[in-house]
Amino acid sequence: MKPDLARDLRRPSAPSERAAKLVFSLCAAVSLLTTLGIVAVLLQQTLGFLQAVSLRQIFADVWWTPRFAEPRFGIWPLVCGTLLTTAIAMIVAIPLGLLAAIYLSELAGPRQRRLLKPLLELLAGVPTLVYGYFALTLVTPALQRVLPGLSSFNALSAGAVMGLMILPLVASLSEAALHAVPMSLREASYALGVRKLPTLFHVVIPSAFSGIAAAVLLGVSRAIGETMVVTIAAGQQPQLTLDPRVSIETMTSYIAQVSLGDTPTGTLEYKTVFAVGLCLFTMTLVLNVLSYRLRRHLRRGERA
Amino acid sequence: MSDDLHTPIPGATTERVFHAIGFLALLLPLLVLFVLFAGVLTDAWPRLGWGFLTGIPSRRPELAGIFPALVGSAYLMTLTAVIAVPIGIGAAIYLEEYARPGALTSLIEVNIANLAGVPSILYGLLGLEVFVRVLHLGRSLLAGALTLSLLLLPMVIMTSREALRTVPHALREACYGLGADRFRMLRLVILPMSLPGMISGIILALARAIGETAPLLTLGALTYVAFVPDSVRSAFSALPLQIFGWISRPQAGFHESAAAGIVVLLALMLFMNGIALWLRARLQRRTHG
Repeated sequence: MKPDLARDLRRPSAPSERAAKLVFSLCAAVSLLTTLGIVAVLLQQTLGFLQAVSLRQIFADVWWTPRFAEPRFGIWPLVCGTLLTTAIAMIVAIPLGLLAAIYLSELAGPRQRRLLKPLLELLAGVPTLVYGYFALTLVTPALQRVLPGLSSFNALSAGAVMGLMILPLVASLSEAALHAVPMSLREASYALGVRKLPTLFHVVIPSAFSGIAAAVLLGVSRAIGETMVVTIAAGQQPQLTLDPRVSIETMTSYIAQVSLGDTPTGTLEYKTVFAVGLCLFTMTLVLNVLSYRLRRHLRRGERA
Repeated sequence: MSDDLHTPIPGATTERVFHAIGFLALLLPLLVLFVLFAGVLTDAWPRLGWGFLTGIPSRRPELAGIFPALVGSAYLMTLTAVIAVPIGIGAAIYLEEYARPGALTSLIEVNIANLAGVPSILYGLLGLEVFVRVLHLGRSLLAGALTLSLLLLPMVIMTSREALRTVPHALREACYGLGADRFRMLRLVILPMSLPGMISGIILALARAIGETAPLLTLGALTYVAFVPDSVRSAFSALPLQIFGWISRPQAGFHESAAAGIVVLLALMLFMNGIALWLRARLQRRTHG
């Protein structure tokens, strides 16, 4: 330690003390302002949208064609496209992510973990645009050889690649949840003569359940809000279908598609983007808050 | 010890099978990604070269380069870091060192956790309304950097808090024991000690931001820019936007350009991740030694 550090620390209290606290609290306030800003912007434009279009037109119609001469505003095709790609993504991400988490936390040796964990984290850092390119130019042509009816823009390969992208998130959060289960529980189970696998399935996984559920919810939220993969690989055709082989449109890819055109401010089409955004925000907010609650529960359990 | 413990018991085979399944589940995504990376590299190979890095976008795919987008991304990242890092560290210091537990503090915490999960395209809509339209910044570098800063903020705050938490409590008590006030303690002891950890987290956050496409797309930034931006009010392109522009074109030649752009983007991302990992390893050695 520097010899004069103690002297510097001992100097009489400066007015900077109070100013510092003020500046730091303003920094924290920026995060609240961001949320308020997002909600205000989405609500304001959506209210403008609702003045022109009734709720009945939005929820009772099954066609989303806001750019046609006779526009129709049924939100269901976009919601359906979003849920379809999300479901496909989770079919990939949940089983693989959980197995990877179980392997990393319970079965792998320390050397394997040190090597594999950063690799998995690296997967999460790959830009989503790159996953979109994978889906469009590498995965879709490969799948077309197996599935002849697959269109070149489709929900299947977009969803599957998105699942691959979300897998590291599900895996690392679940791994943290498994890791937080106290060792004494495992030891108690072993002492009763229970083998490793039954211990894992009857003791460890149930104890980590809330953390695993939080990981899955966050994965779903991420899949709903993901934009580039679906914009590039799933197409731009809003339709009410559960067929994963055809082109669909998600809420996010609609927003991206309209942004690419030059839509004048204040038009109805401009406002639809914010209305869809509000729908997206609400869905992810519910999932995020639920996930946060579950994780906080987990942390409290760890301390006890 | 008796040999009984080593003789196989019924169930051992299931255990071994499960072990293998778990390992495969971990290996499969890594393997798929490896194959995909190899695919991109093969697509990109004919295009990669000095000319690609220093060229400007062109209507003819074999002449297309990424220089303006590369410079745009560099400016964007620098501006974003200048805006997001001080605010993020400030907020982290407030939450770790000043805030008392209470309704407001827990509101801020839930809020940050939620912001981290808000789809990035919604930040684009926020930026479009607030920075581009209300503040009249236009579709400029500054508007882009402000938008990305808000997007990065939750991540910067969370990693900075982690770093602050690694400083032992005894050091704080020692400072107070010497009669220091809180700000002086932070400036002279706590911040210098937690800075390397913060920097490694911030580099990771920036590595994530360099690939962000959706918010810039929504903001109305351009996918075709043939000039290098000269001020913060200038229009710009960025690496991921340029790549997206190329992917959206039907000609196969542009797909090669997109692949080459992706290789550059991934190289940048890996480089930044590498620096962050190296910093973290160095830091661990220092605190353990």
